[in-house]
This record gives sequence, structure tokens and C-alpha cells, in this order.
Amino acid sequence: MAKMNKNLSVKIGKIRMKNPVMVASGTFGYGKEYADLIDLKALGAIVTKTITLGPRIGNLTPRIAETASGMLNSIGLENDGVEAFIEEKLPFLRKIGIPVIVSIGAEDIVSFKKLAKRLDRAKGVSGIEVNISCPNLADYKTKKEKQAKLFSQDKRLAYKAIKAVRSATRLTIITKLTPNVTDITEIARAVKDAGSDAVSLVNTYMGMAVDTDTRRPMLGNVIGGLSGPAIKPMALKAVWDVYNSVDIPIIGMGGIMTPDDAIEFIICGSTAIALGTANFVYPDKSIEIIKDLGYYIKSNKLKDIRALRGSLSI
Amino acid sequence: MNRTRAKILSNERIMPDRFVMRLDAPSIAKSAKPGQFIMVKCNGGTEPLLRRPLSLHRIEKKRLSLLYQVVGGGTRILSKRKRREELDIIGPLGNGFNIDKSARLINILIGGGIGVAPLLALAEELKIRRLKTMVLIGAKTRSHLVGVEQFKALGIEVRIATEDGSKGYKGFATDLLKDEAIIGAYEPAMIYACGPKDMLMAAAGIARINSIECQVSFEERMACGTGVCLGCAVNTVKGIKMACKDGPVFNAEDIIWQK
Ligand SMILES: Cc1cc2nc3c(=O)[nH]c(=O)nc-3n(C[C@H](O)[C@H](O)[C@H](O)COP(=O)(O)OP(=O)(O)OC[C@H]3O[C@@H](n4cnc5c(N)ncnc54)[C@H](O)[C@@H]3O)c2cc1C
Ligand SMILES: Cc1cc2nc3c(=O)[nH]c(=O)nc-3n(C[C@H](O)[C@H](O)[C@H](O)COP(=O)(O)O)c2cc1C
Repeated sequence: MAKMNKNLSVKIGKIRMKNPVMVASGTFGYGKEYADLIDLKALGAIVTKTITLGPRIGNLTPRIAETASGMLNSIGLENDGVEAFIEEKLPFLRKIGIPVIVSIGAEDIVSFKKLAKRLDRAKGVSGIEVNISCPNLADYKTKKEKQAKLFSQDKRLAYKAIKAVRSATRLTIITKLTPNVTDITEIARAVKDAGSDAVSLVNTYMGMAVDTDTRRPMLGNVIGGLSGPAIKPMALKAVWDVYNSVDIPIIGMGGIMTPDDAIEFIICGSTAIALGTANFVYPDKSIEIIKDLGYYIKSNKLKDIRALRGSLSI
Repeated sequence: MNRTRAKILSNERIMPDRFVMRLDAPSIAKSAKPGQFIMVKCNGGTEPLLRRPLSLHRIEKKRLSLLYQVVGGGTRILSKRKRREELDIIGPLGNGFNIDKSARLINILIGGGIGVAPLLALAEELKIRRLKTMVLIGAKTRSHLVGVEQFKALGIEVRIATEDGSKGYKGFATDLLKDEAIIGAYEPAMIYACGPKDMLMAAAGIARINSIECQVSFEERMACGTGVCLGCAVNTVKGIKMACKDGPVFNAEDIIWQK
């Protein structure tokens, strides 16, 4: 079991974490699924699969395709809705004893606000991650909503969504941003101005893959989100860019597979980091990273993990 | 469910593109059931990145066997792994077959191609329980047939269908199911099917027409194998289910079949 180590503690909004290692939304279920394989209470925090107001059945299969050092997914936010979450998933999460951050998704601002309001009253929620960046909501097969923009791709929409959530809750708000934009810093600034306490960088990069035998897309919904080691250099740059121009805590993620990957994200300005795809391959990788962060601090004679943040020397 | 580094006891080529791997994995073997599977990390790197799902071909007290076909990068790497090396696996996963203990039933196992893999473990379990069992195996040609000898060694009746007629009946394994002799003679029966989706669909159709219970083992693309990523969705009359967690074995009548 990973020992409590003060030198690793960090704060995101009002949330105190004993270490900066989190698990990313959609890659760790609701905690229970991996309880057999990892000591859950050793984690810094857990971010749950994105939930929506009502149930969603998700996208057509195949929903997964593996690509070079990464994977595409088009799950489509399958979930049972917020009430089922509070009733069936939250009691287990609450008992773990670490901060529980609930990811919420919606296609309109009113629903975002309703979700925040509902969770604000629920016992055991430490914070809300507002997923304004899921690439899998539009139906690319019928091209019906092909032009649909993500909230996170328009600074005014992003501002409005977060402003609405802010008005509905006093819980810590983390906004999850898409990297599929020209300038991610202006979106980060907009959500900060709207009252977001932190940003999660990054959600998946939109991508596709084709089966050359059938000339059909590898994913049922044609396009999906790319994650895993393939995106790490790009995700790292997104973190570095935001760190340099907006004063807001960053939760860095995108392809973290090793302790070194995590350290890179912290050096580039992340306050905390999250593992996504890595959980599927090595469900207990986050624990190894927590331990190694401790060694790294010690062997580099740093006072604490905060001294590492943004320490890139150029 | 647990994760372990299992020692590879053997990794034998049984056909040009098919292998049987035996693993020393007591922590998984002790609670494993026929029809369940494991997630295998074929190598230590990120190419391929994800684990690969493979059915339990045989379950012994401390050992597991896998029967796999080389179809791409992951299985190719697996085929090169050597005896005494360690393989990083997670399991047992999934629900497994639902064995009806009634001695009245004839259990009809039907496997197409590599779909025979989980049926040997099932046949062995049925044998231990002294339940009536027969196996229908389908393959492209006689040289693609797998498992025939192992089933026969259990004293189980095996019927064969090959697409080119080079051995047994010329056609599909599901054609054998249609055979009045099989269904008519042994009713009531329980069908267990594993193989390509078209085969499962055909088996389900025959089962429905003849009012026979039928369990089908599904293959969908999986990333995690543990019910987390929600990748391996199966459309059922009871809503969307995950092949890795709610399956891979489903009641055929619950499936909403899609082409
Ligand atoms: C529950 C379950 C049990 C399985 N048991 C066995 C088994 O006992 N023996 C065995 O040989 N295979 C089994 N499979 C299929 C096996 O997992 C795939 O063949 C393997 O993942 C291919 O990996 P690869 O890297 O070699 O090929 P890839 O390069 O990933 O793919 C090569 C080809 O195989 C197809 N493929 C990949 N994954 C799957 C999949 N999950 N289902 C169907 N087709 C796929 C791809 O579309 C592609 O055409 C099982 C699959 C599932 C879901
Ligand atoms: C299968 C899958 C499902 C995901 N579901 C969600 C989700 O529901 N909400 C969300 O905000 N991000 C979701 N993500 C994105 C991850 O949280 C993460 O931002 C992204 O995968 C990049 O990190 P990684 O490269 O470490 O995986 C999902 C990713 C994957 C691979």
C-alpha cells in the first residue's frame, strides 16, 4: 500500500488530495470495477465516467479500434443518468475515502445546470468535472449533426456553460477541454473567467481509422477520440501552453503510461495528473506512479511536489 | 478477478496459424469457469498497446490452456513467446456458460473455426458432471479442423462439417444442427455456440424454430475486458449489455441480431 506522503499533497479548488495522481473519466468506471485489482484509497482522487441527466445508450459498435500506440473510442457517453448514479454508484464511491469528482456531460446549458444542482445536494461529491469536450456526441454516420460544435470549441459557449454550472453549485469545478482547437489558451481563460477552479487537459483528439478490405470505418460512428501514448507529446504541449498564459490549476493527461510521463506533465505545469488508457492495460499503474513520484522528489532533493510544477528549464 | 504473471509452460504450434499455450496460473485457474476468458498483455511495450481477450480452452487445477489463431500483431507476438517466460494476464473474466444440471438434457456444443476454443473446457466440465454431450465442429477444410481428437478422447460424439466437404458433411456446422436426427432424437436439448457472428445467428435461428435453449458466446472489440471502457456493447432485449462483463455468453433469445 502506498504510504501517505505529505510531500505529494496538492490542492485543486477546495479539494485536498494526498497525492497528485487521479484516474481519468471514462477509464475507471465508477471505482468498483477495479476494486479487485488496485488499492483504491491510495489514489489522489477518482473522476467518474461522464454522466448525463437522463440515460444514454451510447454509439453503434465497433466502439473501439487500436491504432499505433493508441486507441480510438466512440463510446458515446453510455450511462444510466444522474439519478441512477446517485442511487447505485455514489454509495460505493463515498466509502472509499478519497475525493470523488463526478464528470457531467450535456448537449445544452440548461441540462448542465440541472446536473450541477442535483450533484450539489448529493452526499459525497467533492467536485464536478464539466465535460464540454466529448467528441462522441454527434452522429457522424448519418452526418445529421456533423457541424455540431463542442462547447469547448467556442470560447463564448464554454463561458456560458461554466457560468451556468457555477451559478448552481459551490463545489469545486474542473472544466475538461478538447485539444481540437486552434488556441486552447483562450478557452482555458474563458472558463476561468466563468468561475472554473481548474482545467483538465486534454480530452481525446478526434481521429479515424479505415478497414481497407471493406473500406468501412473501423468505428461504428465513423470518427472517434484518440488516446494513449500516441497523443502524449501534443497533450504535453497543451498543458505547457495553458500553464504559460492562464493562471489556473491544470490536471494534465494524455498518454501517461509511466512515472516519467507523469513527471513530464508536472514539469510542464500540471498541478495534478490523470491516467486514462493506461488503466485498461495496467489497472494499478497509478499506484506505481504515486510511489515513484515520492522517490523522484527525494532523489532530486525537492521540498515537495509543488516545487516540481512548471519547473521546465529552458 | 486478479492480475498475475503466469509462467508459460508451453506454446505449441498445432497448425500453420494456430497455437496452444499452457500457463501456470493457479490464482486464476482456481475460480475459472468454462466460457470465461482472460486479458493477455502479449508483450511489455505499447505496440500493441491493449490486452487481447482469449478464452479459456482448458481449465485445470493450477493451469490454463489457450487456443489461439494468429490474425494480427498481438497474436503474432504471442506465438513467439517462449516456455518459461512470464505472461501478464488478468482473469477470470466474463460470466461463462450456464450449465443446466438436468440429466435429461442433451448438451449440443457447436463451434465454428477458432470458436471451438472455449468448448473443450465446457465439454470437460460436462463430462465431469456426467451430462450427455455432443459436439458439432465446423471448419473451412479438413486441415482447419481443431479439437476433434480432444473431444473424442473424452468419449464425446463429434460430428464434423467442412465448407469444401473435405471431411464430414459438406456445409456449415449449423446445417448439422438442422439435421432432424440430432434435434428430434435428443429433445430436450441445450445448445452452446461459439464462432463467427453469422454462425451464432444461424444457430440462434434454428434453436428458436425448434424451441431449444441456446447460449451464444460473443466476440466484440474490447479495450479493458472488465466492464470499464464500455466498448464491447451488445444490443439485447434487456438493453445494452457489455460482452466482457454481462457476457461473453448470452441467451440467444435476448440478443437483438444485427447484420
Ligand atoms: C471474449 C473473447 C474471447 C476470445 N477468445 C479467443 C480464443 O480463444 N482464441 C482466439 O484465437 N481468438 C479469440 N478471440 C479473438 C481475439 O481476441 C482476437 O483475434 C485478437 O484480439 C486479435 O488480436 P491481434 O493483435 O492479433 O489482431 P488485430 O491486429 O487486433 O486484429 C486482426 C484482425 O482480427 C480482428 N479482431 C480483433 N479483435 C477481435 C475481436 N475481439 N473479436 C473478433 N475479431 C477481432 C480484427 O478486426 C482484424 O481483422 C476472443 C475474443 C473475445 C472478445
Ligand atoms: C474508452 C474511453 C472512454 C472515455 N470516456 C470519457 C468520458 O466519459 N468523459 C471524459 O471526460 N473523458 C473520457 N475519456 C477521455 C479520457 O478521460 C482522457 O481525457 C483521454 O483518454 C486522454 O488520456 P489518456 O491518453 O491517458 O487516455 C475517455 C477515454 C477513453 C479511452
